[in-house]
Amino acid sequence: MSDANSDDYEKAIHSGGDVASFEERHRAPLERLHNFLHSYPTAAPLMVLAASLVVFGAIADNFFTPFNFSLIIQQVTVIGVLGIAQTLIILTAGIDLSVAAIMVLSSVVMGRLGVTMGLPTGLAILAGFAVGTACGALNGFLVTRFKLPPFIVTLGTWSVFFALNLWYSDAQTVRSQDIDATAPLLKFFGERVGIMGAQFTYGSFLMLGLFGVFWYVLNWTAWGRAVYAIGDDKEAAELAGIRTDRILLSVYAVGGFVCAVAAWIAIGRLGSISPQSFYEGNLDAITAVVIGGTSLFGGRGAIFGTLIGAITVGVFRSGLKLAGVEVLWQEFTVGVLIIVAVAMDQWIRKVSS
Amino acid sequence: MKRLTTLLASTAVAAAALSGTAAAQNDMIIGLITKTDTNPFFVKMKEGAAEKAEEMGVELRTFAGKYDGDNEAQVEAIESLIAAGAAGILITPSDPAGLADTVKAARDAGLLVIALDTPFDPIDAADATFATDNFKAGELIGQWAAATLEDPENAKIATLDLSEAQVTVDVLRNQGFLQGFGIDVKDVNRMYDEDDPRIVGGDVTQGSPDGGRTAMENLLQLDSGINLIHTINEPAAAGAYEALKAFGLEEQVTIVSVDGGCPGVQDVKGGVIGATSMQFPLKMASMGVEAIVEYAKNGTRPETTEGLDFFNTGVTLVTDSPVEGIESITSDEALEQCWG
Repeated sequence: MSDANSDDYEKAIHSGGDVASFEERHRAPLERLHNFLHSYPTAAPLMVLAASLVVFGAIADNFFTPFNFSLIIQQVTVIGVLGIAQTLIILTAGIDLSVAAIMVLSSVVMGRLGVTMGLPTGLAILAGFAVGTACGALNGFLVTRFKLPPFIVTLGTWSVFFALNLWYSDAQTVRSQDIDATAPLLKFFGERVGIMGAQFTYGSFLMLGLFGVFWYVLNWTAWGRAVYAIGDDKEAAELAGIRTDRILLSVYAVGGFVCAVAAWIAIGRLGSISPQSFYEGNLDAITAVVIGGTSLFGGRGAIFGTLIGAITVGVFRSGLKLAGVEVLWQEFTVGVLIIVAVAMDQWIRKVSS
Repeated sequence: MKRLTTLLASTAVAAAALSGTAAAQNDMIIGLITKTDTNPFFVKMKEGAAEKAEEMGVELRTFAGKYDGDNEAQVEAIESLIAAGAAGILITPSDPAGLADTVKAARDAGLLVIALDTPFDPIDAADATFATDNFKAGELIGQWAAATLEDPENAKIATLDLSEAQVTVDVLRNQGFLQGFGIDVKDVNRMYDEDDPRIVGGDVTQGSPDGGRTAMENLLQLDSGINLIHTINEPAAAGAYEALKAFGLEEQVTIVSVDGGCPGVQDVKGGVIGATSMQFPLKMASMGVEAIVEYAKNGTRPETTEGLDFFNTGVTLVTDSPVEGIESITSDEALEQCWG
């Protein structure tokens, strides 16, 4: 992980010195684990994922197959992409409760324009992107200009975007067959390719690609480092010459754009465009981010953690189902995972204070 | 705009209370409280109630929960209607047992309470219930499936239900379907207690396409030989069909559903859904408005259908492969009566 230590470079300098290496010898194993987990934010979630794979592989039939893994990837694709948007915002110590509402609104815009009104599909998709970006920018504007807490802003816009979605869609679903007939491009990311018994959708590849892009952006661009800096300490970032409000606004706008991309993927996944789908997608996205080891206090975390978090939830749901466990215990287990992840984060954070 | 207004309804409570005291006899208020205002079913219900209210010259006030199961919003809505001095309430209870006390308060205040679509628990918590016979709806598609499948004795059945909470409507449709198909359902008030080997399993969908797709995928992982699927509603069926297509199994499977929404009827026509039981939300709501006006004028209470403890607003099987002995209409006929 190239982002190791990068959010805490002063410590890294000291640990190279003699004093630190002296300490090293006296460290208890627990303390060493503590430091290790602090340096590699994705290590803990990765261990949880590996452990769950082993356990479910042992107890559930039909679980440990390439096909089932590819299925899990398909099932977490939409939430994974929403998780990217959510990670960006949580890294700045914010939160976005409106991600799924932005996505559904964008998909409805694409469907209405492309299918119901018969505009060229490319134009409909661009309009969906524009709407998603605008929604995100509105959140960012309210957060930066009026200094409102992101939780409250996005709690409000969640309802606002959801209501707009119902109004614009007239609460009507656009059917799969109608999309096929007029705008098949909308379903592009639902297309599948088979690789050695596994089955991936273009959407899954796009998700992985987006994770790669944002990994690069967050770690190797000035903008990405500014995102971490703002989340770590906004005032310090400002004193260091970062135009924090401008960056924050752009983070929300980019988040909105990513939600709109998720909308295109979701159309492929569902086949239809339903204004009633993904009502709790916002919470699922936050779940993925938190289980992925990104700190809700901002400034600490890695984008690939979110992918691991989303896959972990998918693995638990699939594994418990195949092991014949009742649905309510799936919910229960995911809940426990969230609490464990946050408790873990608190413990890991202690090392820096 | 109308729907935005309903979302804001709770903030309008104070205003409603004020105007309630001034309400004269000829501007009678009737309340309609639905589970949500997103489901086309409830949208249609609102349409039916609004048309009837206008025709009869009464004022209709509508409320809805934010999501299915939003008990709190419905309690608030009932309280504000009591405060407004409404003559009666039409309600699709999100939590049929949990709302009982609030409904009692409304009835004590002299309001006629009619449950639409979903009965209260106990059913006599309301003055009357106007609903689809959901057990019958399930039974019809179960019987149809038994008559349509080549080898019902060796069927492999999956049920895509609503939620893990064993909601009344969900249980009635599921158990009706299984009984109609000829399976011993054990306790008819409980899903998932059957031990017939033909049942592969059940999963929950929240009645949405995303839930239907994921649930279907997981059930196919349990057993890819599934050839009969019961779905709680047509959006869940559409999601399940996408999963089947992805697995390349859509030809081996028969999907049955309940609802009769226009996209669902289109899916019957397109061969996605084998048969669906159609219900009539518009009729439920408009009959409800009539009943409340009737009661307010001369105290006549609505009656129940013979043999049932509620008024059955009807259910019709829609299929393009009719079988002998089960009355049905074609998808083309159904398109003229569908909702949503």
